[in-house]
Amino acid sequence: MPKAISPLSLKALACVKGERALFKSLSCEIEPGTLVRIAGANGTGKTSLLRLVAGLSQPAAGNIFWMGQERSADLSAYLAQVLFVGHASAIKDELTPVENILASCSIQGEVVTPIAVQEVLTQLGLGERLTLESSLLSAGQRRRIALARLWLTQRGLWLLDEPFNALDTRAVQLLANRISSHVQEGGICLYTTHQSIPIHAPVSIELSLDPVQLATEH
Amino acid sequence: MQVNWFKYAAPASFFPLAGKLYPWFYALAALLALVGMYIGFFVAPTDFQQGEAYRIIFIHVPAAWMSMFLYLLMALYASLGLIFNTRLSSMMARAIAPTGALFTFLALWTGSLWGRPMWGTYWVWDARLTSELILLFLYIGFMALQAAIEDPRRGDKAGGVLALVGAVNVPIIYFSVKWWNTLHQGSSINLTRAPSMASIMLWGMLIMALSFWMYSIAVILSRVQCIIAERERRAAWLQELGTPDQ
Amino acid sequence: MNPLNPSYQSPITPSSLTMGWALLRRDLLLVYRRRADAVTVLVFFSIVVSLFPLGVGADPVMLKIIGGGVVWVAALLSALLSLPRLFATDFLDGTLEQIILSPQPLALSVLSKALAHWIATGIPLTLMAPLLGLQFGLEPQGLWALSMGILMGTPILSLIGAVGSALTLGLRGGNLLMALLVLPLNIPVLILGAGAVDAAQSGLGAEAHLSLLGALLIVTLLGVPFAVAAALRISLD
Repeated sequence: MPKAISPLSLKALACVKGERALFKSLSCEIEPGTLVRIAGANGTGKTSLLRLVAGLSQPAAGNIFWMGQERSADLSAYLAQVLFVGHASAIKDELTPVENILASCSIQGEVVTPIAVQEVLTQLGLGERLTLESSLLSAGQRRRIALARLWLTQRGLWLLDEPFNALDTRAVQLLANRISSHVQEGGICLYTTHQSIPIHAPVSIELSLDPVQLATEH
Repeated sequence: MQVNWFKYAAPASFFPLAGKLYPWFYALAALLALVGMYIGFFVAPTDFQQGEAYRIIFIHVPAAWMSMFLYLLMALYASLGLIFNTRLSSMMARAIAPTGALFTFLALWTGSLWGRPMWGTYWVWDARLTSELILLFLYIGFMALQAAIEDPRRGDKAGGVLALVGAVNVPIIYFSVKWWNTLHQGSSINLTRAPSMASIMLWGMLIMALSFWMYSIAVILSRVQCIIAERERRAAWLQELGTPDQ
Repeated sequence: MNPLNPSYQSPITPSSLTMGWALLRRDLLLVYRRRADAVTVLVFFSIVVSLFPLGVGADPVMLKIIGGGVVWVAALLSALLSLPRLFATDFLDGTLEQIILSPQPLALSVLSKALAHWIATGIPLTLMAPLLGLQFGLEPQGLWALSMGILMGTPILSLIGAVGSALTLGLRGGNLLMALLVLPLNIPVLILGAGAVDAAQSGLGAEAHLSLLGALLIVTLLGVPFAVAAALRISLD
């Protein structure tokens, strides 16, 4: 029986920052329904790895395969499946939360309705702030706006950099549940975090970057 | 004997080659300069209109030629480094820039010195001098950008984009400056219209140009050695050579 | 892999035009929310223009001769002043990464942003320029050539400025360095634009200058967005 092709395949990735090699020969096969936690001390390259997978940087060596093909063969099809939430909130100060999400979704090519956006924001505890300019919101509230896309998206590959930062316990739980349900539906999620937050997933992988090891737990 | 030229595309192989070659180019440069200047200062006849002062043309014109040629060469190497992701090409571009800027400055300076006895002013806004001035700004911009970027690979690629955009712009700038000059031509000052060329004068300039070219190659090769040593200083092959890490 | 898994079916992505339009709308909304910034550029424009008579004297004959050039230089500097708004704010708050990750070709996103920038800066400069030209006593045909020139020239300035802005993202002393990179490249636009005013005033007609400027605009629109896209990827690597 031929082995099914894993959707996301990292082969021998190497990353160089300035003159330091952050990691070399990093390989990983990622199946649907996998939650990948990227661990490591500060400065070991967690964000760099995530940005490599997102397509924001090019690896110094190695390749990334999507659906069996080299990712560079059809980059826009790959990007149409990627949802990247970086360190910065990607929020414009001058826009309201609703406008921010509508803008970021439509720029990325995802169609959402204002009603759906309002519902999600209310669920996340921002119902009172919908019409305020985002510059007036706290860091935690801005983080929640940035993450709201996760409840509105159809995309399969989630790349989240320190998503739990600045969130209170209730929001952390909401996010953990959302990631869990995404992964259980067959999606993939790679994330970095300092905190140890249990998230249920069919397959969990821990990628530790100092030194490069691969530990698989089921 | 088959020579594998691609072998020299790696900094490790190019380093010793550069080291062996550049002294020869210095020697050639010195020799040609002697010949060229002898022709320029002793053999070429005194100009009927401009007297002896015109002789600075033997440095001014070849320097201007070199400044433009080196910019295009630098842009070529920088683009190769950008497109093919080869480190050595980008290092060559970095090595060329200061020499190109030097010749641009030399052209401007000698042009200014020429202007003083001829027209009484140290600067005229004629087409060539103005183009050379803009070219100097382009060189300085390239070097400033690479100096401001700490990550060497980002600096290489950013320089590549800038040099490419600049190279496409250079003909546009040159023609628009020329047009600007002809339209605003109040006086008939034209520094670049050299006295009618006796062929000996042309030979003199060509030999000086060749000398400048040999000098450029020598300087660029030794400079690229420094750049390679600095960038690759942690690489094993360099340490084996016993080059001290300074 | 479960082929029926809805997460892996190709999502229906709207066309590039829709995504480009979304980006344009967002940028215009941002400008609208900070309207005061747009006015600052116009005030700067007027101040710089006024510096010249203060510096060289108010002789009307001389002012008429230098008027076209002065307004053009001031327009160049004003366009430069507003360039950081193009990418630097998006870079700092993380939205630029999202734009790069959009399935839309980056060159098209660049065009959307440059268009928004031009609407916010270039059009006001174009409308203001003839008023400032009047301060120098330019004649009607000169004013016309000035306006047409600045109308066609400001998009070129926005796009070439975008290259400089993209290359210097996140660098110390970025704005000054960007000016150093961009100003020499803008010299042809200056020469053609100011030359057009001169030609119109001396009776030769500005058609030649303006058509060359138009050609330069087309070439810039077709080629420069790709250079900007490459520069953005390099700066965010």
